[in-house]
Amino acid sequence: MTTEVKDTALEREELISGAEAIAIACALADVDVITAYPIRPYDTVMQFVSKLIADGELKCEYIVAESEHSQFEIVKHASAVGARVFSGSSGVGWFYAFEALAVTCGLRLPVVAMVGNRALDDPGAFGCEHNDALAVRDLGWMLRWVDTAQEAMDAAFMAWRVAEDKRVFLPCAISTDGAFLTHSQQIVMIPDKRLVDEFLPPYDRGEFVLHPDNPITIAPQVNEDWLMEIRRQTDAAMRRARDVITEAHNDLKRIFNRGGDDPFIEEYMTDDADVVLVGMGTLALPLKVTVRRLREQGRKVGFVRIKWFRPFPQPELRAVLSRFKAVGIIDRDYSLGSPDNGGVLYNEVRSALYDGDKRVPIVGYIAGLGGREVTVPMTTEMFDYTQKVADTGIIEEPLRWIGVRD
Amino acid sequence: MTLTSTLPMIRGVHNSPLEEYFTSGHRTCQGCESALVMKLMVKASGPRTIVLGSTGCMYVANTTYYSTPWVVPWMHTQLGSAGSAAVGTAAGLKALMNKNKIKDEPINIISFCGDGGGADMGLSAISAALTHMAYNHLILMYDNESYANTDIQVSGSSPWGANSTFSPPGKLHRIMNQRWKKNMAPMLAVGHPGVKYIATACASYAVDFMNKIRKGLKYSGPAFIHSYDPCPKGWDYDPMYSHELGMLAVEAGIWVQYEIEEGKLVLNGPSRMIAQGRRQRKPVVEFLKRQGRFAHFVDEDVDYYQSRIDEMWEKWWLPGVIPLFNEAGEPKG
Ligand SMILES: Cc1ncc(C[n+]2csc(CCOP(=O)(O)OP(=O)(O)O)c2C)c(N)n1
Ligand code: SF4
Ligand SMILES: [Mg+2]
Repeated sequence: MTTEVKDTALEREELISGAEAIAIACALADVDVITAYPIRPYDTVMQFVSKLIADGELKCEYIVAESEHSQFEIVKHASAVGARVFSGSSGVGWFYAFEALAVTCGLRLPVVAMVGNRALDDPGAFGCEHNDALAVRDLGWMLRWVDTAQEAMDAAFMAWRVAEDKRVFLPCAISTDGAFLTHSQQIVMIPDKRLVDEFLPPYDRGEFVLHPDNPITIAPQVNEDWLMEIRRQTDAAMRRARDVITEAHNDLKRIFNRGGDDPFIEEYMTDDADVVLVGMGTLALPLKVTVRRLREQGRKVGFVRIKWFRPFPQPELRAVLSRFKAVGIIDRDYSLGSPDNGGVLYNEVRSALYDGDKRVPIVGYIAGLGGREVTVPMTTEMFDYTQKVADTGIIEEPLRWIGVRD
Repeated sequence: MTLTSTLPMIRGVHNSPLEEYFTSGHRTCQGCESALVMKLMVKASGPRTIVLGSTGCMYVANTTYYSTPWVVPWMHTQLGSAGSAAVGTAAGLKALMNKNKIKDEPINIISFCGDGGGADMGLSAISAALTHMAYNHLILMYDNESYANTDIQVSGSSPWGANSTFSPPGKLHRIMNQRWKKNMAPMLAVGHPGVKYIATACASYAVDFMNKIRKGLKYSGPAFIHSYDPCPKGWDYDPMYSHELGMLAVEAGIWVQYEIEEGKLVLNGPSRMIAQGRRQRKPVVEFLKRQGRFAHFVDEDVDYYQSRIDEMWEKWWLPGVIPLFNEAGEPKG
């Protein structure tokens, strides 16, 4: 990642985890209200947040709630009076908050959350799985997946900027793979507050703010008379989010000199590739290693990482994936009983490509559930089978579980 | 938001404010006492108030798009979120005021919920809200003794034996609701010693009611009021008797009116006179027989009900408040 900056005093370099990166982002973004509740692995972010507060580096109302439901209800209401907010959860904790998560979209409140992706125990498992964050995919949450601690920090600034934009006013969750990113330390360039201020304007709730000077009624009973129009407005906001994300991405590049070429996806060695794998989050690390190794053997392979799951990068994926002979989708999640019994990402990508000019063969892989490591041999196996599909044009098994005991 | 409001006590009904902040537009049943609770609540708190309302009759029947009755800012919150809505709103305002992002001034925050929302689902969040002393707000639980909006189902705050759509009397079981009503205000008072104001109230005593709202808003930190609200639909009586039924419940000693101000317990009105022996309790049957929800009661049920109320007044450590006994099995003191 390039780290050239006009004025070096405007950045400092530190070895920190993804969770710590987001905690520092909270301080730099001058967040007003933060709510915490313990559940691994997301909760390290709140350990860092509380230490920053204790040390006087972050000034905010910090509330240790009595449940995740309250965590998200509290920030929802704080957001309604015009406060910038942050919260987070993992696995079943995110599900405990589900009611609050759902209504936050309908209320059009720009709550920003970190999801430390975790399996939905029972049976008990702390490890990474994406089903937690994905569960809100239909409701109006913008969903971002990140790969590195640096990206986690930058995505947090982006999240407030896009969510709090009047054209959007939707909540945004940043998914950080449990343990692999929440707890792994990497070098991060931490920007000076002046740069963050240039990128991130203050939250202005405008005519929708709840205050005695603006005596509005929020969320009255509407029933069949109005609900459909209101859902349509939320839909329009999600559609507008695409442009707002692109604007923010361009400013991120201009001000911080980071963020990659495309706001929505990252391509790795795809230029002349025949076969690519597609995935989200920290899968990128073993995949990039595998791509390099296979390329040394002369194989034309590449990797595409999806950064935004909502709004879904349909135009980008259509344009990019149709270039290849076969595509494999890696899901760190499951969607039991869905088409091909595939994962969520698999089904979404296939649906996105349905009307494309060229329909590339697609196979799905479910891997790394419950935090099981996705290794280079596993990703090699995925490339091998996807290559076979490219070579033969025949898909014997549309969906495979990788690295699972029989 | 370190400032709380300084609203004077209202001395007599003639001195109550004329301005209304809960006006026409609501669609509650005729004779709905909870709607009156809403009206008195904001009449007492005035225009510098934000109201947060949990799901229930006072949302669904009360606050319809294009015909909101609320003159003050109002926001819906989820069924179990009265506590969190209060904390979130107060925390948001406090942060913005502390950082000089908005003007620092007293703003009354009132978060209301029904008995289903408060005594059942939202109990955990209300309890938590009563431990955050940094935030000034008042939680008001309007208790119509059922999940009324969903068609009258039994809640943890319904009276023993009451007929509801989830507890109908039948051929085999006459009494389907075997649970005794939860004692919310004392539970919260005993469990949250830092809270400066906790009270029970009933809109049949309107001036007392409004003053309790004002006291709840006066103290720094959280406050809680449990309001007892006759509901013509759920209790099944002629809507013109709502006020009378509220008074009857107090006079029969079923509902006890008191306030706990900075730890000091004071019984109010008829409850105080009953406790002092200056007034006889009316028999509970006078209250029970007026309502269809108890129409299936036989003498044995009425006697049981009476015995539980007698026990509360004669045996409890503090009548209506603390159901504890000393080692000898007698009420303390
Ligand atoms: C989480 C959740 N569960 C159930 C409901 C359905 N519901 C709507 S109003 C209501 C009744 C609430 O009863 P209460 O709090 O006593 O208020 P009341 O209707 O009696 O005024 C219920 C159960 C809901 N809105 N939300
Ligand atoms: S059912 Fe009861 S509480 Fe609900 S509107 Fe009717 S009278 Fe009021
Ligand atoms: Mg009720």
